[in-house]
Amino acid sequence: MRNVFAVARKDLVVEWRARLLLVRVLPFALLVLVLFAVALDSEALLERAAAGLVWLAAMFAALLVVQRCYDIETADGALDMLLTSVVEPSRVFFGKLLAVVGQLLVLVVVLVGGAVVLYGVRVDAAGLVLLVTTVVTAVIGLASVGTLYGAVVAQLTGRDSLLPLLAMPVLAPLLIGASRATEAAFGSRTIDLATGWAWTALLAVFAVVFTAAGAASFATLTEPDA
Amino acid sequence: MNLPDESSDSVIQLRDVVVAPAGFPALAGATLEVRAGELVALRGANGAGKTTLLRLCAGLAPLARGAASVLGVDLSRDRAAVRRSVGFVGHRNGLYGELTARENVAFVGALVNATRSEVDAVLEEFGLGGRVADTRAVALSAGQRRRTALASLAVRRARLWLLDEPHSALDADSRQQLERVFIQATAAGVTVVYTTHERSSNSQPMPRTITMDAGRVVQDHA
Amino acid sequence: MSDTTPTPHGAALLGAGTARRSLGTATPATRIIGLLTLATMTWVVVSAFFITSPDVVQGDSVRIMYAHVPAAWVAYLAFVTTAIASGISVVRRHRTLGFDRVAGASAEVGVLFMGLALVTGSLWGRLTWGTFWQWDPRLTTTLFLFITYVGYLAVRRIDASPERRAKRSAVLALLAVLEIPLVHFSVVLWRSLHQEASVLNPDGDVRLDGLMLFTLFSGVVAFTLGFVWLVIHRQRLQALVDLQGTVGLDSAIAARATEAVLR
Repeated sequence: MRNVFAVARKDLVVEWRARLLLVRVLPFALLVLVLFAVALDSEALLERAAAGLVWLAAMFAALLVVQRCYDIETADGALDMLLTSVVEPSRVFFGKLLAVVGQLLVLVVVLVGGAVVLYGVRVDAAGLVLLVTTVVTAVIGLASVGTLYGAVVAQLTGRDSLLPLLAMPVLAPLLIGASRATEAAFGSRTIDLATGWAWTALLAVFAVVFTAAGAASFATLTEPDA
Repeated sequence: MNLPDESSDSVIQLRDVVVAPAGFPALAGATLEVRAGELVALRGANGAGKTTLLRLCAGLAPLARGAASVLGVDLSRDRAAVRRSVGFVGHRNGLYGELTARENVAFVGALVNATRSEVDAVLEEFGLGGRVADTRAVALSAGQRRRTALASLAVRRARLWLLDEPHSALDADSRQQLERVFIQATAAGVTVVYTTHERSSNSQPMPRTITMDAGRVVQDHA
Repeated sequence: MSDTTPTPHGAALLGAGTARRSLGTATPATRIIGLLTLATMTWVVVSAFFITSPDVVQGDSVRIMYAHVPAAWVAYLAFVTTAIASGISVVRRHRTLGFDRVAGASAEVGVLFMGLALVTGSLWGRLTWGTFWQWDPRLTTTLFLFITYVGYLAVRRIDASPERRAKRSAVLALLAVLEIPLVHFSVVLWRSLHQEASVLNPDGDVRLDGLMLFTLFSGVVAFTLGFVWLVIHRQRLQALVDLQGTVGLDSAIAARATEAVLR
């Protein structure tokens, strides 16, 4: 466990000093929200689509966070050092996952705030409980897929364009589930709260499956070989 | 530094090793033996196979042919075990630029459960005490960065250091400091193998000098 | 089906000094598979276009089925093959690029057939449903599987060491096994929440008589044989390319030895 926290803490300190989340990722995510509004050009449509747009923007921005989380390792060849210093590579995975989860939570909270301000969605008390549950489970799922596929493409040439191609199809169930559950939390007319809670169950399964998969395959993915 | 005593004397044993990443035999039948506590300089022209030899010993390059064991572990069996007990510093130092020298070393320390005072002692020993310790790695001089990387090896108690051109880009002062670090390390029982492409050195003490050419060891001066 | 057996090419790769006859990717077994593929395929084409009767409801458009269903079957067969071969290559990680080659070959052929299945399915959908695309769970899952394997092939094309490529792509293929059921399940849930205009279910609506069923079955057999034939050849071609590396190593080591002596 200490290794896990050491890795997570290191990633967050590096991120805090560079402030990339603050100066690049968050502005980008909010920009996407604004551009959706411009593209859809209808307030009724926006309110209806708000949940999906929030998660779509979160997905795009999450890829930047993941990219960055491996770039700090490869910039000066630190990944090899890191992997030779720990006995169990899966701890490095959990550490990086934890750091990504932390950053994505900030990101999604900002995006939901953006949807309230820009798209005029409203959340009541019952919806808020569902919303918080949805955000936490979906962020863990998003972070686990991101951290896992980030490791798949780490140190490969052309990884910037590979990561979206590989990770986006995998994230489809998460996008569907998180959007529907959030829609319910936003007080949609088509989805009731009970259905929204059913979707969080899918999100939880998704998070567990890909966290386990990441922990199991991280050693194979990061083994130096040439 | 508190390093475990290496009782089996031979640290590196290579017999007719071939390493051929992407089909080119960068090592084409090299044979070499290094004993515990030795200071070894690998010399040779570019492409002679020095770096590949280090990477092989570090468990980073796969063995194509021949027999190789490092710290008593057969490289064709368990490269992961070798990687954990060996310290390799390549052209890149493996530091996080946003972290200070102390934070970099302390991070490695945290991974191997080293105490705070151990980290501080190592920093002091490597000439990284005081203000230097709290300077971010990007702002350190080349020599300080190199020593920070070596301090990380010391804090995780690597018994064999494999260093790829550690002297490059260092001024005379930094080189001297680096050599002092080597002396301390070898005195504590660490084996240090480094590459260099300089012809002669006035290092004290003189390292055992091994010359490589075309993927083989061609000369060995103790 | 043209004969793409790369015998002369393979021989050229290995250079002189190695017997030429052993270097093709064809063996008596693959020749038999190839001939069987040709024979069954010919029968399917003839029967699908000229012998079987048009469907009562769909008319002649039902004939797309004879290509569509076998293509989809082979596509899924290919991905199961890739997953199994990848699993073996991860478990037996030492010196077994053989399973990695099978995985790669099977994925390449699989993507081809999945593309074929999607295109024929889309055309058939236009004729029977009046639309090229329906967000039906099976279709959507197939599309995601297709995109996933396009990504898999993109990773395989990256210039990395064969070991690294093998490891990364094997993990990807195994992750797809986790991904696809989740995608399918979530799309089923998603679509069940919406009231859809009732669409014709092509499989349910077509009344298949004995000859139609037999033709369809023959199509599945023909496509499967074609798949096996293609994968064996593709896999052997890759093996020859890899072998070239090993054969080259001996001469390269010798060359380096003379290089040292001459200096």
